[in-house]
Amino acid sequence: MTVVDTALIRGRGLGKSFDGRPVLEGVDLAVAESEIVTVIGPNGAGKSMLLRILLGLVTPDRGTVTRRPSVRIGYMPQKLIVDPTLPLPVHRFLALGTPESPEALIATLDEVGARHVVDSPIQAVSGGEFQRVLLARALLRDPDLLVLDEPVQGVDVGGQEDLFRLICRIRDSHGCGVLMVSHDLHLVVAETDTVVCLNRHVCCTGRPEVVQGDPAYLALFGATAASAIAVYAHRHDHEHDDAGRVKPAHDHDHAGHDHAHHHHDHAGRRHG
Amino acid sequence: MPGAAMDDFIVRAFLGGLGLAAVAGPLGSFIVWRRMAFFGDALAHSALLGVVLALLLHLNLVFGVVAICAALALVLTSLQPRVRLAGDTVLGIFSHSALAFGLVALSFLDTVRLDLMGFLFGDILAVTALDLLWIYGGGALVLATLVALWRPLLAVTVDEELAQVEGLPVERLRLTFVLLLAVVIAAAMKIVGALLITSLLIVPAAAARGFARTPEQMAALAAAFGGLAVASGLWLSVQFDTPSGPSIVVVAAILFAFSVVLRRRVA
Repeated sequence: MTVVDTALIRGRGLGKSFDGRPVLEGVDLAVAESEIVTVIGPNGAGKSMLLRILLGLVTPDRGTVTRRPSVRIGYMPQKLIVDPTLPLPVHRFLALGTPESPEALIATLDEVGARHVVDSPIQAVSGGEFQRVLLARALLRDPDLLVLDEPVQGVDVGGQEDLFRLICRIRDSHGCGVLMVSHDLHLVVAETDTVVCLNRHVCCTGRPEVVQGDPAYLALFGATAASAIAVYAHRHDHEHDDAGRVKPAHDHDHAGHDHAHHHHDHAGRRHG
Repeated sequence: MPGAAMDDFIVRAFLGGLGLAAVAGPLGSFIVWRRMAFFGDALAHSALLGVVLALLLHLNLVFGVVAICAALALVLTSLQPRVRLAGDTVLGIFSHSALAFGLVALSFLDTVRLDLMGFLFGDILAVTALDLLWIYGGGALVLATLVALWRPLLAVTVDEELAQVEGLPVERLRLTFVLLLAVVIAAAMKIVGALLITSLLIVPAAAARGFARTPEQMAALAAAFGGLAVASGLWLSVQFDTPSGPSIVVVAAILFAFSVVLRRRVA
């Protein structure tokens, strides 16, 4: 092959098992320059594991991860608890990632709207402020790719929307690719270029408006979720598709997978 | 008034204790931040085994302690993810069996007279010029390494995965830290004894926490509190003929209690 892979990062056929129980099977995923990719899936779908494999924190049992040479990654972990015994002002926390000038630290905090906490102890900032500080630390690395694991977790509803707008703004101003993970369908931004619907394997993938009509997506999340993706683009009335109608269409896709049956039951109960 | 000979070993004791406190402050702060107090205890308890093995093999005692501590640290860090037991259980098993092995091995050494109490609880008044050399040489090495690796060590302490994604050699840093701990344990054994080493590391650091706004302030304050505990404890030990190691730890504990009360009042 002489074709140059333009993706910032690409996983091929990724698989991982624990005690013989597969948590990921045959997952393909790529993020291109300036692309926003959102991985959605229920709890336990392997979303964080997928990120950790792509970041090189976990070695997959099968498959490969390739990165564009010298690609810089800014990572925002899902959970980070700084031990309360460690006295650490926010600006010191930021400088741990990359030794930057105080001006650069302030400018980046300004960009994420958290300048006012620059001298606060890191343990004293609110959930929303902490997510912004984490984002600032990732940004200070001048990343080509931002990897965000549940970026709006622990943020109040109004703040979630603000934070997503900020992430989209950052993508536009920095021109970096964004790979994020969300367990909540309502937390998928309309600006997302590609949605990857994950439940140990990739159930479906594509543009948000395509994915939300996909039978596999509906099976996984139930028909009420059909209109959820666009929630930050325009709020429209829920269109309750008929779950029964789409059921036969994907039965063969999920043959043998217990989760598919579970979700059918779920959808059936709700709409039966 | 004590005579000139007495002055000599008291001066050595003070010098040794203060040198140790200067290293124990920053290193102890890291142990508190990384929640490794029990880990440090397990290593320290193996120090006696190191002494006995060194005597059996006719090696330098300090070298024996560093070697055994480092070996145990390697075993512990590689074993812990593999056993299906809680971390504190594994550390408890190692901590107490290392001490038991040391005591049993000691009983085979009937040709060598060993001051067991001195090794377990410290014998600061028996600090020799050579011990001072070890404390200051080892201490300088540990401090220099800590200063050189300060930022990466802090980054790894805050979050290992984030540090790894940011390109830090997490495994190597963790290993380096554990080796530094082994050196300090070997240097501290003469001063406070194998059973009390951890307290000299964590008690001053814990007392310093409430008054510090940055990691460096906490490390420096911990060193100062440690120095105060060593100096006062040693004075008490000479005045009232109490064992030196425990006397130092008693003062450190009182300092800690004061720090908690003072902090309440300020806050």
